Amino acid sequence: MSLADRQDTLPAAWEGGMGSAGDYIALLKPRVMSLVIFTAFVGMMLAPGNVHPVIAVVAILCIAVGAGASGALNMWYDADIDRVMSRTAKRPIPAGKVTPDEALAFGITLSIGSVLTLGLLVNWFAGAFLAFTIFFYAVVYTMWLKRSTPQNIVIGGAAGAFPPMIGWAAVTGNVSLESFVLFLIIFMWTPPHFWALALFKKGDYETAGVPMMPVMAGETVTRHNILAYSILLAPIGVAPYFLGYASIAYGMMAGALGLAFVALAYDVWRKREGDVARVACVRLFKFSLYYLFLLFAGLLAESLVKGFVA
Amino acid sequence: MSGEDNGIKLTDDQKSKRRSRSIAIAVTLFTLVVVFYIVTIVKMGPDILNRPL
Repeated sequence: MSLADRQDTLPAAWEGGMGSAGDYIALLKPRVMSLVIFTAFVGMMLAPGNVHPVIAVVAILCIAVGAGASGALNMWYDADIDRVMSRTAKRPIPAGKVTPDEALAFGITLSIGSVLTLGLLVNWFAGAFLAFTIFFYAVVYTMWLKRSTPQNIVIGGAAGAFPPMIGWAAVTGNVSLESFVLFLIIFMWTPPHFWALALFKKGDYETAGVPMMPVMAGETVTRHNILAYSILLAPIGVAPYFLGYASIAYGMMAGALGLAFVALAYDVWRKREGDVARVACVRLFKFSLYYLFLLFAGLLAESLVKGFVA
Repeated sequence: MSGEDNGIKLTDDQKSKRRSRSIAIAVTLFTLVVVFYIVTIVKMGPDILNRPL
């Protein structure tokens, strides 16, 4: 056998090596990554102090790769339940494009790489914070809470809420009340956002045996919780104005969006049966995406305007 | 690998996927080198030109 032939063969017992670069990018959950990049960027822009633009880009890149790595670890561990849920059945592992071992190696490599790069090139506090976030998402949420408690989304949501704090930490080297409020906005937003999805995808979670609240506690309890969290979220969304790092314009926008969020949550709470109930859940789920984007876009726009004026 | 019957011949699709992975790894490594090079200069600042030769 020539060397050229040998390069195109694999041992008979070999498994893997079938995924394209695109399949590996899919393991990083690019849509979640884009939200992480955006919120981390807002955290960096709002943080007091200056950071060199190159360092800022490196920090964002590391946070994005770290988030992607935790997504890959999540897909490695959850391959069994992804296989039986319609929303996730086409992911690279259940689709047979990437083996679980490859996804695990990929996730661990990127985790270590992103944490070390962030620590070495930006600061070690931000690096340690990123390491903690990856651990929280991959181990605390994915391996422990997700399959054991209906509160999985509430506590696990913290992992998705840390990026703006990491962005803040990349600039200042520490965290503060202002960055904690950014965390709190995403933390309180996550349960109603996911429970609205879980209500109209309940069958999927039942099939997979994931103890999401609609499956374990019932749809009525879930609707009570969605409304309660929405009522708590609305004032927290306005908190940046009350704490003095956002203008009255932001305060009014956040207030109006918060009221709309509560109104839609009330609609979900009120409509319990049939297609109207499903439509109400879909509307809340879609609006929640706009809500979070608009709050952070508002904060970002204000910090850019302040930067130009100063 | 001892003989020709002891392996799986890669299909064209598998070869093209392997090529895409190789290119992705090369791009990633090159990006890392550039990033570390630029950040080193950024961190050293103007002092990079003010050193004993």
